Amino acid sequence: MAGEAHEGGGLVFHPLDQFKIHPLFGELKPGEALAWYTPTNATLWMALAAICIVLLFVFGTRGRAIIPTRIQSVAELIYGFIYKMVEDVAGHDGVKYFPYIFTLFLFILFVNYLGLIPGSFTPTTHIAVTAVLGFGVFIAVTLLGFYKHGAHFLGLFWMKDSPLILRPVIAVIEVISYFVRPVSHSIRLAGNIMAGHAVMKVFAAFAPMILLSGIGIVVTPISVLAIAAIYGLEFLVAGIQAYVFTILTCVYLKDALHPGH
Amino acid sequence: MEIVAAAALGKFIGAGLAAIGSGAAAIGVGNVAGNFLAGALRNPSAAGSQTATLFIGLAFAEALGIFAFLVALLLMFAV
Repeated sequence: MAGEAHEGGGLVFHPLDQFKIHPLFGELKPGEALAWYTPTNATLWMALAAICIVLLFVFGTRGRAIIPTRIQSVAELIYGFIYKMVEDVAGHDGVKYFPYIFTLFLFILFVNYLGLIPGSFTPTTHIAVTAVLGFGVFIAVTLLGFYKHGAHFLGLFWMKDSPLILRPVIAVIEVISYFVRPVSHSIRLAGNIMAGHAVMKVFAAFAPMILLSGIGIVVTPISVLAIAAIYGLEFLVAGIQAYVFTILTCVYLKDALHPGH
Repeated sequence: MEIVAAAALGKFIGAGLAAIGSGAAAIGVGNVAGNFLAGALRNPSAAGSQTATLFIGLAFAEALGIFAFLVALLLMFAV
């Protein structure tokens, strides 16, 4: 995958090279597989995200000032924003699960934003990472639904409002859409972030063309401008995808808490 | 040798066709956002409470475009 671009003589580097996972210390020998305990760049950037969250929320709000400092007010803003969203979407009894949802939001948000630092690595571009989050939500919500409502939870698939003849058909569709949820939930996040980063690197690979050919005088300024524009878009997307992941978690939670609606 | 070349050709054509899905998703996302704006301008006081619905709609429309992108990536690198 990596070698093709270099031989072709087109792009200077492969736009998907940035998603490679490699060990932090030392090099892998050819044919050697990563062990599960090896610290990799993915581990590093997830740990950095966790450290940033702790710095902002534990040390930033340590003063508990009535008139918040700047860092404390940032933490309070994020907290209040997500709290209100959980209350609005999942209902009043969904607030009990606020810590889980808030943790998901902060982790995705910080991983996404740290990944925007040039030269860094974004763990959320890997479906392995987002699938753990997505399937975690799916399993948690399903168990919660059965725990709270027992067999009544299956009423989620049996639409009482629709005509009796249509109900089995709708039930099949509902069951399929229920099981596609974790897949689309995780792939949406990974796909969005991966696509954005790949586009940035494609333009970045166009930029040094000035060294290679005469056409570069035209291409280089355009591609540098394009990187800046795409970077701005990615800054937006990183926040929006964290928000979307969280709000969909709230929607799924609402379905588990109130399956009849 | 010709079969390998034909397979590679098919891979690239398939990936290119899958990219059409991104354009279709763009139509969907534009529809959601445009209709939201049209509704929001008619009744701005009700718009604020519906932004969550807007984002859920955008996410669902966008997910299918991402699936198309995924198919393209699978064709390019996994098949």
